[in-house]
Amino acid sequence: MIYRETGQFKTSYAADQAILRLREDRIGLLVILAIAYVVMPLVASEYWLSTIMLPFLIYALAALGLNILTGYAGQISLGTGGFMATGAFAAYKLATAFPGLDFVVVLVLAGLITAFVGILFGLPSLRIKGFYLAVATLAAQFFLLWLYNKIPWFTNYSASGVISAPTRTAFGIPVTGFEASVTTKYLFVLVVVTLLSLAAKNMTRLEVGRSWMAIRDMDIAAEIIGIRPLTAKLSAFAVSSFYCGIAGALWAFSYTGAVEALAFDIGVSFRVLFMIIIGGLGTILGNYLGAAFIVLLPIFLNNALLGLGMQEAVAMASHLEAMIMGALIVFFLIVEPHGLARLWQILKEKLRKWPFPY
Amino acid sequence: MSTVEQRTAAVTRRREIGEVLLAVENIELRFGGVTALADVSFDVRRGEIRAIIGPNGAGKSSMLNVINGFYQPQGGTISWKGQRLRRMRPHFAAKNGIARTFQNIALFKGMTTLDNIMTGRILKMRASLLEQALYWGRARREELEHRAFVERIIDFLEIQHIRNTPVGKLPYGLQKRVELARALAMEPELLLLDEPMAGMNLEEKEDMVRFILDVNEEFGTTVILIEHDMSVVMDISDRVVVLDHGRLLADGTPDEVSRDPRVIEAYLGVVHD
Ligand SMILES: Nc1ncnc2c1ncn2[C@@H]1O[C@H](COP(=O)(O)OP(=O)(O)OP(=O)(O)O)[C@@H](O)[C@H]1O
Ligand SMILES: [Mg+2]
Repeated sequence: MIYRETGQFKTSYAADQAILRLREDRIGLLVILAIAYVVMPLVASEYWLSTIMLPFLIYALAALGLNILTGYAGQISLGTGGFMATGAFAAYKLATAFPGLDFVVVLVLAGLITAFVGILFGLPSLRIKGFYLAVATLAAQFFLLWLYNKIPWFTNYSASGVISAPTRTAFGIPVTGFEASVTTKYLFVLVVVTLLSLAAKNMTRLEVGRSWMAIRDMDIAAEIIGIRPLTAKLSAFAVSSFYCGIAGALWAFSYTGAVEALAFDIGVSFRVLFMIIIGGLGTILGNYLGAAFIVLLPIFLNNALLGLGMQEAVAMASHLEAMIMGALIVFFLIVEPHGLARLWQILKEKLRKWPFPY
Repeated sequence: MSTVEQRTAAVTRRREIGEVLLAVENIELRFGGVTALADVSFDVRRGEIRAIIGPNGAGKSSMLNVINGFYQPQGGTISWKGQRLRRMRPHFAAKNGIARTFQNIALFKGMTTLDNIMTGRILKMRASLLEQALYWGRARREELEHRAFVERIIDFLEIQHIRNTPVGKLPYGLQKRVELARALAMEPELLLLDEPMAGMNLEEKEDMVRFILDVNEEFGTTVILIEHDMSVVMDISDRVVVLDHGRLLADGTPDEVSRDPRVIEAYLGVVHD
C-alpha cells in the first residue's frame, strides 16, 4: 500500500479539481522538478545537458503540441516539422528585425504566428478526416519547408541558407547564442517547457479540452450539445501549432544554434508522431515518456552494442533502433493506444493494492 | 413505483401544462426514394410528457432529428415558442434549451462520466482560452460552479460510483443513464429521449421511468419520449403521437389513441397476419 488514495478525502470540488489529487503524485512531481532544476545543472555534464536534455525537452514540447491536436482533438497531423520550422523562422525574423526585443516576447510572437499558420492549414479538417487530413498536413509540411528554403527573405538573404541564431536575452540574461552557457540555455528551456506543460494540463482538463475530446470521440453528439466543430478543431490547430512553433524556435535558438529548414524535415514530423504513440495519445505524461524514449533509445543501443564489443556498433544500432521502434509502434497502436503513460498508470494501480490485493 | 402512483403523478402534472412550446407543421423528409416523414404535424405543450410511438421504421427517430436540426426536412415548418423558424440548426437548438439522448448511445467514449456530463455545460461557459490555460479568473470560477451543478445531477441519477470511470467501460444501462445526465446538464426546456429504456432490465427500466417523471415534475422539463414499451407510454405520457410509415396515424391522450381503430390495426394488424 505504497500508493493509495485511502484516507485522502476531498472536502471541496476545488481540492478534487487540483491537478494532482494524490499526495504521492504531488511528492513525485516535486522530486522530478527538483532533479530537473537543481540536480541536473549541478551534476550533469555539458555533454548531457546539450545533447540529451535539450533535445529531450524540446521534443517533449513538440510532442505536447501534436498530442493536443492528435491525441486530444483526434485530428491527425504530419505537419509538425513544418510548424516547428515556421516557429524557428518567425523567431529569427523577429529577433533580427527587433534586436532589442526580449526573447520571451520573441517566443510568444513566434508561437502566435505559427498558430495562425496552423489555423490556415487546419481549415481542410472541417471537411476531411483521417487519412485525407494526414495527406493535407503532409502537403503543409512540404510546402512550408519549400517556402523557407526558396524565399531568401526568410534567411535574411544569407548565401548558404544556414544561419546561426544570434544571442538574445530574457529579462536581461543572455539565453541563446554563444554568450549563453549551456546551463543557462537548459534552464531557460526547462522553464518554458514547465510553464507550457502546466498550461496544457489546464486546457486539457477544462472546457476547451473537453470540447476537443468530444469532437474526437463523437463529433455528431458534440454538435448537438452545442460545441461548434469549427471552433473546436481550429482552436486545437491553433494551440497545437503555438506549441510546435515555440518548440521549433527553441530548437534553432537554444539547441542547434542554427536556423535551417532542413532541420525540420518530414523525419521530424514522424519522430514526434512516434513519440506520442509510444508515450500515449491523449495524455500529458506520455509526451515526456515518448520523447525520453526516442531520444535515449539510440544512445542506449549504441553504448550497449559497444559494451558487447560489437564492430560497427553505430550502423547496427540504427538498424536495431528502427526495428524496435517499428515493433513498439505496432504494439501500442494495437494493444495500448494510451502508451507508456497507461502502463505507468497500471503499475500505480498495482502499487495501490500491493501487498494486499483485493 | 406502482401504476396508481404514476397515474396520480400524471394527474397532478397535467394541471401545470402550459402554452405550445414547439410545433411542427406539415413536415416532409425524404432520403432519396425513401419517405421518412410525410405531412406530419403536431405540437408539444410546456410541461407535458409527449410520447411518439410507432412500428420500426415509422420515422420516430427522424422526427427527433428534425426537431433538433440534425436533419433538414424538405418541407414544413418548425415553431419554437411561437417563433417560426425557416430552419432549425443543432447549435440553435442546443442554445435554446433542446437536449436529447440517442437510440444508439452517443457518449464520448474516451472521457470519464464526469467529463461527459460536464460537456453539457459547455454552452454556459465563457472563460477565454488564456484564462483556461492559467486556470485563473472565470475559468476557475466557472469550473467549480458547474462542477457543483453537475454533482447534483450525479446524485440525482445515483451514478456517484462511476464518476471517474471512462464511459466506454460502463455497462449499457449505466451508459444510458450517463447520456441522460449529460442532457440534463444542459438544463433543457425540452428533452428529447429516443428509446431511453431499450435493452434495459426491469429494474433499470423502473429507475429510468422514475428519473423521467422526477425531471418532469421537479424541473418542469417538457419531454418528448420515443418508447416501444406500451405500458410505460400509457402510464407516464400526457399525449401520444402515433406514426406509421412516416405518416401521422393518431394524436391524443393515451386512452384516446389506444382506442383508435387505426392504431389498433397498425399494431395488432401485424399479429393477425
Ligand atoms: N440518415 C438516413 N439516411 C437514409 N435513410 C434514413 C436515414 N435516417 C432514417 N432513414 C430512413 O427513414 C425511415 C425512418 O427511420 P427512423 O429511424 O426514423 O425510424 P424509427 O421510427 O426511429 O424506427 P426504430 O423504431 O427502428 O428506431 C427508415 O426507412 C430509415 O431507413
Ligand atoms: Mg428510432
